[in-house]
Amino acid sequence: MTKIPLQFRHNGRDVAIFVDGGTNLLVALRELIGDMTPKFGCGQGGCGTCSVVIDGELHLSCLTLAESVAGRSVETLDGMKQGPNLHPLQRAFADNFAAQCGYCTPGMLMAAKALLDRNPAPSRADVVEAISGNICRCTGYEPIINAILAAAGGRASA
Amino acid sequence: MAVTVKTFANASEAAGALSSDRSARYLGGGTLVMRALNEGDVSISTIVRAHDQALTRIDASGPRITLGAGVTFARVLAERDLAFLHAPARSIGGPAVRNMGTIGGNLFAPNPYGDFAVALLALDATIAVQGGFGSRDIPIEEFLQGRERQAGTLVLSVSCTRPASTEAFRYRKIARIKPKGGSVITLAAHLPVSGGRIAGARIALGSMAPTQIRARAAERALEGRSLDTATIAAAASAATEGTSPSDNALGSAWYRREIVGVHLRRLLSGQE
Repeated sequence: MTKIPLQFRHNGRDVAIFVDGGTNLLVALRELIGDMTPKFGCGQGGCGTCSVVIDGELHLSCLTLAESVAGRSVETLDGMKQGPNLHPLQRAFADNFAAQCGYCTPGMLMAAKALLDRNPAPSRADVVEAISGNICRCTGYEPIINAILAAAGGRASA
Repeated sequence: MAVTVKTFANASEAAGALSSDRSARYLGGGTLVMRALNEGDVSISTIVRAHDQALTRIDASGPRITLGAGVTFARVLAERDLAFLHAPARSIGGPAVRNMGTIGGNLFAPNPYGDFAVALLALDATIAVQGGFGSRDIPIEEFLQGRERQAGTLVLSVSCTRPASTEAFRYRKIARIKPKGGSVITLAAHLPVSGGRIAGARIALGSMAPTQIRARAAERALEGRSLDTATIAAAASAATEGTSPSDNALGSAWYRREIVGVHLRRLLSGQE
């Protein structure tokens, strides 16, 4: 089967790869680009740990046909930190104990970033809604919600 | 396993490719087809896509609204003129799924999904499809009953008449996880009122049969009557008639039959 050439923007950098027909974006990111931050969870759209931001919108990379991002911008957790400094959301997750096993964390952070980029001062209900597609089996969600609210508060006062 | 991806500039070419290949599936938002591929569904060997702007058009200004099949739930929620469809759109997935999943795809979503189609069934929507022999309009009830046979046709758009008031259209999804989760049961009711009496009631149920169905006995109990306690009780007690729910991880068939009348009563009496 012939490979399909694919170019898109990955965390602000142009990338060019060859994919098999039907390859999903998660496989393309992890196996062909080497960005291991989006995780494979369920492969069904139920868990959210593969979440990435495509052209400013939160999407599930495991349910995205890789070819469909041609010419578009894909942001993952790998692009979140700025040099040696953690992103305010990452810092807030660490300070608020929002990660235990850490498997959901990449998706939680991308869902939180998609929320704060659109709504810098969310209510608690907004945060709950924003991470409603992301499953965490460790924390009981409260530390994650608190971390996102803390990051939003910090950002507002900065 | 690698599949062949065919991308077309317009919907009619995509429909042609779809109708000529039994192993082809149309890729909309990806929440059904990519999921099937991830699960190793070997019955799919070709994916058909179309970059046709007509498929993502929203016409919501008049009394009759039309949504392109590729319109996402997030776009429905962003449209103030589509407020009557916000409850069903919001009840689906989390934000990522709503950014991806489409109106057209929801018509094919099996239990415990397909909630938007429950709303459209109550609203007596019309589905515009294109097959190998041209396009035609199909009433949604007929479309859903023959859903297995629709595999070779491409859904172009969905249209329905805007309810006369917010009271006239009601929607309720029962899920175990809030605010996101598969449906235990889903209910939608269109209750047009003429001279104080219900005229043309339509009650639609999700997860109460292999596809979304109408609760015809409940509709008959409402027809020509005012929405009083006795009428609501009669409709609620008739809610299970003609249903054939299944057991799944979210609930048993027995449980679904037990609760459908309770939730229909609450929906009709305006209870939270």
